[in-house]
Amino acid sequence: MSHEITYTPSNAFTRWLDERLPIMGLAHHMLEYPTPRNLNYWWTFGGILTFCLLTQIVTGIILVMHYTPHVDLAFNSVEHIMRDVNYGWLIRYVHANGASMFFLAVYIHMFRGLYYGSYKAPREVLWILGVIIYLLMMAAAFMGYVLPWGQMSFWGATVITNLFGAIPLVGDAIREWLWGGFAVGNPTLQRFFSLHYLIPFIILGVVVLHIWALHVPGNNNPLGISVKDEQDTVSFHPYMTVKDALGLTVFLLLFAYFVFYNPNVLGHADNYIEADPLQTPPHIVPEWYLLPFYAILRAITFDIGPIDSKLGGVIAMFGSIAILFVLPWLDTSKVRSARFRPLFRQFFFLFVVVCLGLGWAGGQSPDRTIFTSSEVIGTYESAGEADAAIAEAVSQTDATADMFKKHDVIEDGVYGVEVERVDYAFDVASLSLVLTILYFAYFLILLPLLGLIEKTKPLPESISKAVLAEKDA
Amino acid sequence: MAHIDTDEPTRRDFLYVATGAFAAVGGAAAIWPLIDQMNPDASALALASIEVDLSSIEVGQSITVQWRGKPVFVRRRTAAEVEEAKSVPVETLPDPIARNDNLSGDVPATDANRAAEGKEEWLVMVGICTHLGCVPKGQKVGDAKGDFGGWFCPCHGSHYDTAGRIRKGPAPQNLEVPVYSFLSDDRIKIG
Amino acid sequence: MKNEALNQAARPCVFTRLSRVAPYIATAAITALGMMFLASVPAKAAGNVELKHAEWSFDAPFGTFDRSQLRRGYKVYKEVCAACHSMNLVNFRNLAQEGGPEFSEAQVKALAAEYEIEDGPDEYGDMFMRAREPKDPMPAPFANENAARASNGGAYPPDFSVIVKARSGGADYIYSLLTGYEEPPQGFPMSPGMNYNAYFGGHQIAMANPLFDEIVEYEDGTPMTVDQYARDVAAFLTWASEPKLEARHQMGFQVMVFLAVLAGLLYFAGRKLWADKH
Repeated sequence: MSHEITYTPSNAFTRWLDERLPIMGLAHHMLEYPTPRNLNYWWTFGGILTFCLLTQIVTGIILVMHYTPHVDLAFNSVEHIMRDVNYGWLIRYVHANGASMFFLAVYIHMFRGLYYGSYKAPREVLWILGVIIYLLMMAAAFMGYVLPWGQMSFWGATVITNLFGAIPLVGDAIREWLWGGFAVGNPTLQRFFSLHYLIPFIILGVVVLHIWALHVPGNNNPLGISVKDEQDTVSFHPYMTVKDALGLTVFLLLFAYFVFYNPNVLGHADNYIEADPLQTPPHIVPEWYLLPFYAILRAITFDIGPIDSKLGGVIAMFGSIAILFVLPWLDTSKVRSARFRPLFRQFFFLFVVVCLGLGWAGGQSPDRTIFTSSEVIGTYESAGEADAAIAEAVSQTDATADMFKKHDVIEDGVYGVEVERVDYAFDVASLSLVLTILYFAYFLILLPLLGLIEKTKPLPESISKAVLAEKDA
Repeated sequence: MAHIDTDEPTRRDFLYVATGAFAAVGGAAAIWPLIDQMNPDASALALASIEVDLSSIEVGQSITVQWRGKPVFVRRRTAAEVEEAKSVPVETLPDPIARNDNLSGDVPATDANRAAEGKEEWLVMVGICTHLGCVPKGQKVGDAKGDFGGWFCPCHGSHYDTAGRIRKGPAPQNLEVPVYSFLSDDRIKIG
Repeated sequence: MKNEALNQAARPCVFTRLSRVAPYIATAAITALGMMFLASVPAKAAGNVELKHAEWSFDAPFGTFDRSQLRRGYKVYKEVCAACHSMNLVNFRNLAQEGGPEFSEAQVKALAAEYEIEDGPDEYGDMFMRAREPKDPMPAPFANENAARASNGGAYPPDFSVIVKARSGGADYIYSLLTGYEEPPQGFPMSPGMNYNAYFGGHQIAMANPLFDEIVEYEDGTPMTVDQYARDVAAFLTWASEPKLEARHQMGFQVMVFLAVLAGLLYFAGRKLWADKH
C-alpha cells in the first residue's frame, strides 16, 4: 500500500537536480499519490487546515512589523494597525478570526477522525501527531490572545498561569517563573510574544511529520477498509485537489463573512478595554474554542481525597486532552468506520452533543441555574426586610439560610426584593460535572466495551465494489 | 477516459483554464494588501512640520534640526560665502537644477534659487548626501568642509559648495531644499 | 451507445449528490445557529436588560455612515462628552479621512486650531504650547487617570476611542444608556452621588444625565432632542471605534462575489473531471 516514488526526470536539468536533491520526485509523489476514490467532503479539512496555518503565519509575520510588545504600547499599537497601517484592519481581522476558523476546521477534522476510526492501526502515530498539533495550537492561540493587552488578555493570562499554582510543592515557583515577576506583567507579555511567534513554526514542522505519517499507510476513507488495488484509488491531483479547492472556497465564504461583516462577534467586548491589573471584568471567559476545557476545569468543585478542587480541575482539564493520546488503544473494535458500527454511531453523536454542551457550559456563569424547584416566599421593600423574612423562615421551618436567594425586582416603577426558597437547583457547575463524567466515560468505558460487545455490519469487499454497489442502488 | 468526442475536450479544457485563471486572479489580488501594508502608514503621511527659531544663529553659524526623521541644515552664510556661490556659472555645475521644493522642478541652480527668497544669507537644506544617504560634514566649526568650503560627505567623498550644490565626487544631485517658509524674520516653519 | 453508458454512469457523481455536500450544509447550519446564539447575547447590557435598538445606517452588509450624522455626533461629543471623556487614539486628521465625517482639510485645520497642545522641547529645552494641527490627537480633558478620578468623585470616565467595540451591544448600548436616565423606582436604594439609569449594570451610574433638549445647537434643522443627540453621538463613536467600516463592507462584497463565482466554477470543473471516474 505504501506508495513508491516512480518519478523519472524528463530532461537534463531535472536529471541533474534529481541526483542531488530529489525534490521533483517528492512533488511528483505528492501529486500522484493514490487516494481512496470514495473520500467525501469531510476529508477536505486537511487542506483547509494547511491553508489556515499558512494564513496565520503570513498575517502574523506582517502584524509583527507593526506591533509593539510592551505593556504601555501594545494596546495602542494594535489600534494603530487598525487605524493607520494600510489594510491593517484587514490583516488583523483575518488573523484574529483566522484563529477561530483554524479551530473550527481542526474540530471538524478531529471529529471526522473519531467517526471514521482514522486513529486506529496502522494510523496511531498519525493521530498522535495530530493531537500534538492541536495542543500546540491551543498554546499559540492562548498566547496570541494575550498580545492585544486588553482586559480579557490580561485576566485570561492571569487565570491560566494560576492553574500551574495548583501543582503541589512547586506550583508557586512555576507560576513566578512563567510570569517573570509576581504577577502577569511586561516580562510575561514579551515572553508570550516570543513564544507565540515560535510555536507556528513548530506546528509547521509537526505538520510535515503528520503528512509523512499519512503517506506511509495512506488515507483512511469513509468505509474504513484498506485499499486493495488501483481500482480503489485515484491520483491525488487533479481529483482530490479540485475537491479540496471547492471545499476551501466554501470555507472561505464563511471566513469572509466573519472578517468583513462580523469581525468582533467571536471575540469579547472587554478585550477592547486596555488591561487594568487593578480591576477584573465581571465575567471572564476564554475564546469559544477553549470553552469545553474551561467547563471541565470548573466542573470539579469538591476535594477528592488529598487532591483539592483546584488541582482536581486542572488534572481533569489536562486529562481530557491527554486521553486523546491513548485513544487508539482504548478503542477495541477492529472495524474502523462508524458506518458499520450501529451502536458506536449513536454514541458518537451523543459524544458530539456532550462536547457542544461542555462548550455551552464553559461560556456560562457557573451558578446559573438550568432548572430549579423553588418557591417565591414574598417580595419586600428593602434588602433588610428580605433578610428579616429569611431569618424568620429559617427559624420556623427546617430550611437553612443558604437555600434562599434574593433578587431585585422593579415593577411599575416600584422597587422590591424578591425572596425565593430554592429546594433544588441544577446549575451550570452541576451540568459541567455530568458532561465531564460522560466525556471521560466515552473514552474509558464505552470505547473499550463497545468493541467487545457490538455486532458490526458486514464490511464490503473493496472500495471499488462498494462504490459500484452504491451506484447501482 | 476513452471518451472520443471532438468538441467536449475543448469545452472541458476551457472550463479548467477559466477556473484556474479566475483563482489565480483572486490570489494575486489578495497579495496586494500584504505588500501595501509596508508603505508609509497614515500617521507617517500626516505631514509633520516643525518651527525653528533663527534668532540665536550668528553669521557664519549653522544648526541641524530633525524633520520627519531627517537632519535639516540651517546655515546663516557670510557675505563671502554668498559671493563665492554666486560667482560660479550654473552651466559648469555637475547638477544644474536647483532641487528646491519651493520652486518648480527645473529652475537652474543659481544661488538665488537655492537660498531663502529675499534673504540670501539663509540656506535651508536636507542634510542627506544625494549619493547614498550619509550626513555630510561641515556643520560644526572644526569639520572638514571639502574643496569648495561648503560640506563634505566622508562616506564616499562628495564635495558640496557654499550653496549646497554638488561640485565633486559621486553624488548625482545638489542637496535637497525642503518646503519651508519664514513666519517672521527669525522664525521658519519647515514642512 | 458507449457515450450514453458513460453519461449514465456519470450521473451519481460526488459533485451532484447532496449527501456529499451535507458536511458543508451541516457546518453552515451549526455556524448559523451559533451566530444566532452569539448575536442574542450582546443585545443585553451587563444588567441583563434588553437594550433599545435603533436603525443604524452602518449596520447592513452595505451599510455606510451618514456623514451629516457623524458631523452632528462630533459636535455633541465636542460640546458635551469631551468635558470628561478623552479620545486619545483619534486624531483631528481622521475627521477628514474617507469613510468618516469627511470634513474638508480646511475645516479640520480650523477645528484642530481651537485647541492647544504642549510641544517641545525647543532649542532651549523648554516645553511650549502651540495650536493643534490635523496630525495631533483630540484634546484630553484630564492629564491622567488619577486627575480624572479626582474630578469625578472617584469614577473614571473611560476613553472613547474604541468605546463602541468595548461595550457589548455597541451603538445600541450607547444610545440606550444616554436615553436611559429615569427617576429611580420608588424605594430603590440609591447611593449618594449616583444617578439611576435603566440600562446601566446595577442601575447606578456615576455620570449625571449629560443630555437635555436643545443643549447642542444643530444648524441643519435636525431636531434638537435628547433622542437625536444620543443617536448622533452613538453613530460618531461607532465611526471612531471602527473608522475602516465602509472600506470593510465594500471589500467584503467583492470578496464574497469572487468566492461564490469561484465555487461555481470549481463545482462544474470538478463534475467534468470526476465524470470519468464513475
